Amino acid sequence: MSAIQTRNNRVVSREDIPLLPIDQFCAFLTDQSNHGKRPVMFFGLPFEDRTTDEVIVYSIMAHDESSSLSITSCLMKRGESYPSLTQQFPAFHIFERELFEQFGITPALHPWLKPVRFDYRRLDESSNIINYPFFHMEGEELHEVAVGPVHAGIIEPGHFRFMCHGERVHHLEIQLGYQHRGVESLFEFNGKKGRRQIPIQLAESIAGDSVIAHASACAQAIESLSHCDIPLRAAAIRGIALELERIGIHIGDLGAIANDIAYLTGNAVFGATRTLVINTSLAICGSRFGRGWIRFGGVPFDIDESLRSRIRATLEKVEHDVVLMGETMFSSPNVLTRLEKTGILEHQKAKDIGMVGMAARASGVQLDVRSDHSYGIYKNFPIYKITLESGDVFARAYIRYIEIRKSIAFIYELLDNLPQGNTMKPIEMSLAPNSMTISMVEGWRGETVHALITDKEGNIARYKIKDPSFHNWFGLALAVRENGVSDFPLVNKSFNLSYCGNDL
Amino acid sequence: MFDMLKIRINQGSQAIKDVRKAVIPLPFRGFPVISPQECKGDNKACNACLEGCPTNAIHINQETRKLSIDIGKCVFCGDCVRNCKENKIAFSNFHKIAATNPNTLVLEAGMTPEDFYSNAIKARDQIKKIFGRSLKLRQVSAAGCNGCEMELNACSNVNFDMQRFGIEFVASPRHADGIVITGPISQNMSFAVEDTFNAVPQPRIVILVGSCAISGGVFASSPALNREFLEKYPVDLYIPGCPTHPLTFINGVLDFLGQ
Ligand code: SF4
Repeated sequence: MSAIQTRNNRVVSREDIPLLPIDQFCAFLTDQSNHGKRPVMFFGLPFEDRTTDEVIVYSIMAHDESSSLSITSCLMKRGESYPSLTQQFPAFHIFERELFEQFGITPALHPWLKPVRFDYRRLDESSNIINYPFFHMEGEELHEVAVGPVHAGIIEPGHFRFMCHGERVHHLEIQLGYQHRGVESLFEFNGKKGRRQIPIQLAESIAGDSVIAHASACAQAIESLSHCDIPLRAAAIRGIALELERIGIHIGDLGAIANDIAYLTGNAVFGATRTLVINTSLAICGSRFGRGWIRFGGVPFDIDESLRSRIRATLEKVEHDVVLMGETMFSSPNVLTRLEKTGILEHQKAKDIGMVGMAARASGVQLDVRSDHSYGIYKNFPIYKITLESGDVFARAYIRYIEIRKSIAFIYELLDNLPQGNTMKPIEMSLAPNSMTISMVEGWRGETVHALITDKEGNIARYKIKDPSFHNWFGLALAVRENGVSDFPLVNKSFNLSYCGNDL
Repeated sequence: MFDMLKIRINQGSQAIKDVRKAVIPLPFRGFPVISPQECKGDNKACNACLEGCPTNAIHINQETRKLSIDIGKCVFCGDCVRNCKENKIAFSNFHKIAATNPNTLVLEAGMTPEDFYSNAIKARDQIKKIFGRSLKLRQVSAAGCNGCEMELNACSNVNFDMQRFGIEFVASPRHADGIVITGPISQNMSFAVEDTFNAVPQPRIVILVGSCAISGGVFASSPALNREFLEKYPVDLYIPGCPTHPLTFINGVLDFLGQ
């Protein structure tokens, strides 16, 4: 057997995960990729106490149609090299770069072997954020435009290097890592100290616009490892929280897109409507971004009768305003000429590079964790996948508009059918020893994954986090090619990727 | 055309009329009120609040057995409220929690929001004279979670409309009177923070927004940070929160400007 089959939120014993020799490992992943599976995670775990050069590389492949995940592993050494999978399957490109940066394991013939985030634990310390090896292009009418890390607005830091021919972008290189603050290692230290609980507040701070997505992924992983089934009512409220986050950010993004094309009414109206949504979150849990709402064992904030009718009334107003504004905006020729055919990411490219989430669905890639790897309340209240085909800014804007309304309808349904019972279950924080679990959540941006590995004592040996942005930044780089450089802000906004989620 | 009119009439005016008096409704967690009574426990304090706190924001004085909370470290998660069996800690919705001296942010048992607010911000005449009617700020985001950035952006939206007070975020540090730092400042971002600050013409101010910037927040113990900038240059204003609410920011700056 080359791999062990599992599912979202199941626990497997590490002893059951096959440890393959390198050639068999690569052959297996090649075979899987040829049969429609895609990499969900691919990362290293330093062997035992980090004193040897050995690294166990884990690979998790998803078969979305059958909701299954297959885990396999391989023992490699720092400084070792193996034939890169990226050549054939570009979806591995970012994972292989990460593995190279962290452990110096070289994927031979990788076409783009550059740093990912300048991890403070990286092997090669001479490589740092000042000397990133940019590509160069030479020629008489060619020029480069460099922007960042500090941008014009209040935005996270990142560096963009455009190689242009006149106004046209030939190639964009995105250099990240400025937001790297060692999140994964903080989980690992904290888990080791034993005294302290695993800080879910840290999960809430992986990406401040995806608090619920990351906190839910973290909570589900810990709950699986400590065999805790949360009450159904808690699961339902987590569903409301996640959809509310999606609605709030999507509306804000429509406002930001409107702003970038100087459609100021759209910006003002969507901005004000977003405030209603995030203030609803505040009315429930005390934070506009859902901090404190998700805790191990359930949710400490219930939704009582009066809150329920308030949420419903607010969402009705939100729906009304969004539809009024959206119908006008998306039927205005001025708006459409700016959005349509701008920043196209073709279906095949999106699929090949492993795009996930809303941006992938806008390019016709049928992926949504809520239905592919269903979890929590989505098992009882299924979600249907929505895709658009054109892959341009319009598609990424319009899919948000559709999703906002779908999510509002979903919340209505949950509010009308809120299961009875408690919202918290006492949880004994003793994690299954020598185990692994994979926790996937569909945040507003896409597939959010936390993979946890425990050691013999049940401490956290590895806490691996994947924000959807980790896959999707490359999609942005491809989408701006052959566009005017002045369209970059608009295309960028249509993806709205997370810097801190990538940098960790 | 008519659609636009309909939308505008439907929206009306969205601006908060009096930003100085506006109240954020509970369960918003603002100023934490700590009971003046000592912690009983069996023979010593029970430490449940300390142990569950992700940022070591709580301190128990072993002699008086009284609690204090450093809101420069606190991320307002509310876990300590649930962890305390004796209801010693309660978060009020009082949001004007900025201070000019970081020591003021350590809240002692029995302190009321009024006690705190009455001496948290020492407005300087010079600041008032130079920046009182117009303050342009350059924001630098340095390894946080983008939460504070979203709230700082919200300060300029139609609801909060901070520009009405002459306070504005600008694109170039050359046009700015100071910088606003968010995030715990990573090693990878440290040089850019300093470069940006040095590009601001003097006189200039430094404002720290959010627990991460003030103390490192949940990332305080990370080896990936480099907070030397804060040892090198004086900080003028500390505005706590996780993330900092727009009303906390706007009121903090207005108080600082003596408006
Ligand atoms: S609310 Fe503040 S003091 Fe209380 S546990 Fe959370 S971070 Fe610590």
